[in-house]
Amino acid sequence: MEENKITVQPLSGRRKAYDRVLRFLLYFCAGLTCALLIFIIGYIFIRGLPHVTWEFLSTEPSYINDTIGILPNIANTIYIVVVTLIIILPLGVGAAVYLTEYAKNQKLVAAIEFATETLTGIPSIIFGLVGMLFFCELLGLQASLLAGSLTLVIATIPTIIRTTQESLKTVPQSYREASLGLGAGKWHMIRTVVLPSSIDGIVTGCILAIGRIVGESAALLFTAGMGMSMNNFFGSVSNFMHSSGSSLTVALYVYARERAEFDVAFAIAAILMLLTLIINLAASLVGRKLKKK
Amino acid sequence: MNAVFFICGFVAIVFVLFISIYLIISGLPAIREIGLVDFLFGREWASTASDPKFGILPFILTSIYGTCGAIILGVPVGFMTAVFLAKVAPPKLAAVVRPAVDLLAGIPSVVYGLIGMMVLVPAVRRAFDLPDGASLFCAIIVLAIMILPSIISVSETALKAVPPEYEEASLALGATHIETVFRVSVPAASSGIAAAVVLGIGRAIGEAMAIIMVAGNVANMPSLFSSVRFLTTAVASEMAYASGLQRQALYSIALVLFIFIMIINIVLNTLLKRKKG
Repeated sequence: MEENKITVQPLSGRRKAYDRVLRFLLYFCAGLTCALLIFIIGYIFIRGLPHVTWEFLSTEPSYINDTIGILPNIANTIYIVVVTLIIILPLGVGAAVYLTEYAKNQKLVAAIEFATETLTGIPSIIFGLVGMLFFCELLGLQASLLAGSLTLVIATIPTIIRTTQESLKTVPQSYREASLGLGAGKWHMIRTVVLPSSIDGIVTGCILAIGRIVGESAALLFTAGMGMSMNNFFGSVSNFMHSSGSSLTVALYVYARERAEFDVAFAIAAILMLLTLIINLAASLVGRKLKKK
Repeated sequence: MNAVFFICGFVAIVFVLFISIYLIISGLPAIREIGLVDFLFGREWASTASDPKFGILPFILTSIYGTCGAIILGVPVGFMTAVFLAKVAPPKLAAVVRPAVDLLAGIPSVVYGLIGMMVLVPAVRRAFDLPDGASLFCAIIVLAIMILPSIISVSETALKAVPPEYEEASLALGATHIETVFRVSVPAASSGIAAAVVLGIGRAIGEAMAIIMVAGNVANMPSLFSSVRFLTTAVASEMAYASGLQRQALYSIALVLFIFIMIINIVLNTLLKRKKG
């Protein structure tokens, strides 16, 4: 009997080179991506953080003292985030519930999902333009934070719909059957069983939506106004409706492009970077909790 | 309750129809007045001149060139990073790089614009000895960085969905790990990777605030080192003060942009569906 011999042939030179070159390129590109991020964060913090002082955060711009503060912009941003969330939360969760629990016609579901995808792909400048034409001019809201928030409702609702839908799908079918089997109505079942077990996904959706709203600028430029002075939102209903002013992002744009106040722009950028870091961290913490489940 | 959910369900469709109809209604009058051919292929945009010219060919070409440039620079880097994350990176390293990519996606576009304006523009001016660094070239670089996260995350998802049997078969036949990844996994995930590229195109063509800060914003026919205006920045830069026909022409530019985006969306959807089916 012949001896069975296993020989391991070394890789040919060409194959070895192919392997080495591609492996190097993979590490190089991943490194480049990370280096870009580190550079952006580092540069923004080094140029911006020294100008972030308590006074900068807690005052409004004053021509008399020749100081710039961003309290109004912080307040405007919070206003926009809160109002937008209050509207998109019920609307987006409702849409997701309809898609996963109620809709029977598959074609209809596909059409709604296509519309949601389309909405995700529309650039914010288009939302801004349509928002300006419709909310500011046709509905007579003028440039106001309310018009800005309503515009952002259209821009950010896909985020809530999609994340809620994903997490509704992970709720086991047996939960629903058990609840219905015990005699619960459909709405009762959704309210007491389905929604509570997908709360993590809804929270993730909210966090992602907040991130999108805080970072949004093109949709707000012509809808929410560019003013820098403090609004008294809650003074009266008409104040609430007609306050206008710039969010943090729009303020960054105005200070950098139109007033050449670069220190202020970098300080705002540093604050926006901090917010982005916090929002990403929160989203990944909630997301991890979701995965464990 | 059923009716309430039914109405909520339709909200997305209503919004899309609303935006489409609104843009068409407000975009058509100016096109009718200027003439479709003159509008789309006119080489000169002089909206505030005494004899105004409304040709948007410079904006269309700038948007196309800018997007192509961003894709040429951004896709290879994004693709390689995605391959790295999905197939090559040790888990601990991937756990560091992946959040970094997410973070890159979360940075507001004005922050990219600010960095571009303060770092990139002066650097380009010095490096190429130009009177002003704000140019198509800067916009391309900023766009290439901004589309990285979308390309990486969509390609990574596609690569991870490749059935492990394919790779095992290739490894068993004696291919190295890298050969397997590039000759088996990547072709198997090709429609997902194509979707990532199309998504990147959509992102690049729709971006406004970051490039308005670095592209110089003059309505020139595009060349790499001249100051240019994109479709998006053309809308953004004149909207604040435009009136009459000029304003209507801006709506028409938005309509043209919207048509580009819709085409991209449909292509993207077909690609993603093909992957599933």
